[in-house]
Amino acid sequence: MIETIHNWLYSIMPEGVASITEMVLIATAYLALFALAGLYLVYFERKVAAWFQLRLGPNRVGPFGLFQTMADALKLVSKELTTNDRIDKLLYNLAPYFVIVAALIALAVLPFSKQFQAFDINIGIFFLLAVSSMGVIGILLGGWASNNKYALIGAIRSGIQTISYELSVGLSLLTMVLLTGSLQLSEIIEVQRTGGWLILQGHIPAVIAFMIFMIAGTAETNRAPFDLVEAESELGAGFHTEYSGMKFAYFFLAEFINMFIIASIAVVVFFGGWLSPFGITDEITWFPQFIWFFIKVLGIIFLMMWFRWTFPRLRVDQLLTLEWKYLLPINLVNMVLMAIIIWLNLTL
Amino acid sequence: MERIIFYILAFIMVFFAIKAVSSRKMLRAVIYLLFVLIGISGIYFMVDYSFLAAVQLAVYAGGVIVLIIFSVMLVHHIELKLDETNLKQRIFAAMLSIVGVLLTLYAIFTYQFNPTEKLIAIEVEDIGRGLLSVDDGGYILPFEVISILLVAVMIGAIVIAKGKKLEQ
Repeated sequence: MIETIHNWLYSIMPEGVASITEMVLIATAYLALFALAGLYLVYFERKVAAWFQLRLGPNRVGPFGLFQTMADALKLVSKELTTNDRIDKLLYNLAPYFVIVAALIALAVLPFSKQFQAFDINIGIFFLLAVSSMGVIGILLGGWASNNKYALIGAIRSGIQTISYELSVGLSLLTMVLLTGSLQLSEIIEVQRTGGWLILQGHIPAVIAFMIFMIAGTAETNRAPFDLVEAESELGAGFHTEYSGMKFAYFFLAEFINMFIIASIAVVVFFGGWLSPFGITDEITWFPQFIWFFIKVLGIIFLMMWFRWTFPRLRVDQLLTLEWKYLLPINLVNMVLMAIIIWLNLTL
Repeated sequence: MERIIFYILAFIMVFFAIKAVSSRKMLRAVIYLLFVLIGISGIYFMVDYSFLAAVQLAVYAGGVIVLIIFSVMLVHHIELKLDETNLKQRIFAAMLSIVGVLLTLYAIFTYQFNPTEKLIAIEVEDIGRGLLSVDDGGYILPFEVISILLVAVMIGAIVIAKGKKLEQ
């Protein structure tokens, strides 16, 4: 199908215009995916939360409340954008875009299926880490430019948290890169076609790396139990206290998209990406591979929501102790362990 | 196409570089600097050196800028503005930058650029092997020196952060 659209575009337009049109089309597709994923993850979160608390959750708007988040989004679009007088206007308005653009760029390198990947560069994982480290700038700016003490404290907490836990995310992924020998995401998936999922190939150190990645990934997205960035009881709403309407929605959507990205990285690096389990759909050519990808991603996201609704929030000192005194040393030892296992050919 | 993208990037970089040094609000200057750094990484992407581009993003955009933002947040209030520099300093700075621009332009226009025939994609593996090779053209010595320097910095930071024991 993509082939036919490609040929059709080039047949009716000059080459330069056609390639630009193609880029615009791809960008639109990704934006649509972005919005849809964001909205339905919010719905999913509310349903999961309700389930954990023995409630029903949204169930009035549309069948099973499926259109509830659409209605919420419409409400947010139509809301007034309130601002304070004594803020830094430029930075205040710029901040949401940093968060959302960083999330969008990261989305571009994710391999949803063999054909469905916008940008397959040979440094895939490293690029993902580099881009995701930029999102925090938006949070810091938003907190500072609001000229509000709660927002400032929230932003500084977020900065501390993201900078610390970035180390663990990077190191746990590096442990897995030892196993794959490549940073390119499509190649990492190809490695798993013959040898099985990486979490099985690398057994003990891979499982440890996965656990560390999930903890650090949850912290990276500022979700509970690491949500002291927006701890309601102490900080109002944290760094986005002064934001309203669509600008608030940008921060909110970006949080869910970041969760989606973390889950996607976990799926690609540990659970075989879009490969079907045991190759059960390999022979069926019409079967869309990205379904497997989304099923696995939803599984991981469910895990993260499970964390959110069962664990109490950490204090700042506990947060830093966990990262610097436990996760980081474990991670370093784990990496050496993985190297030894590969050296002695003990992988499965 | 590439020419257009290059000019857009170059314009963004020059514009924000000037804004960064002329802005009187400190955090805004930092953000303008961030745009310049992102533009540089865009240039790296354009010449297909994606590894360096990602390093640029991770180290400068994700690391250095966040560090600067942190220090600004801790010492600077939102309503403060930087002092205006006096005329003498301004003239001196302008002269210095004009000399710098002239030197760079001279270097660019006198250098004989050879167009390359084939594109060599640089793999991460090559960089890794280069860093660890002890043969000619290997980078093992600078690599080790940098790691010792980093360890020294980390230990120094810990010692400073720990401080003296409180006297009874």
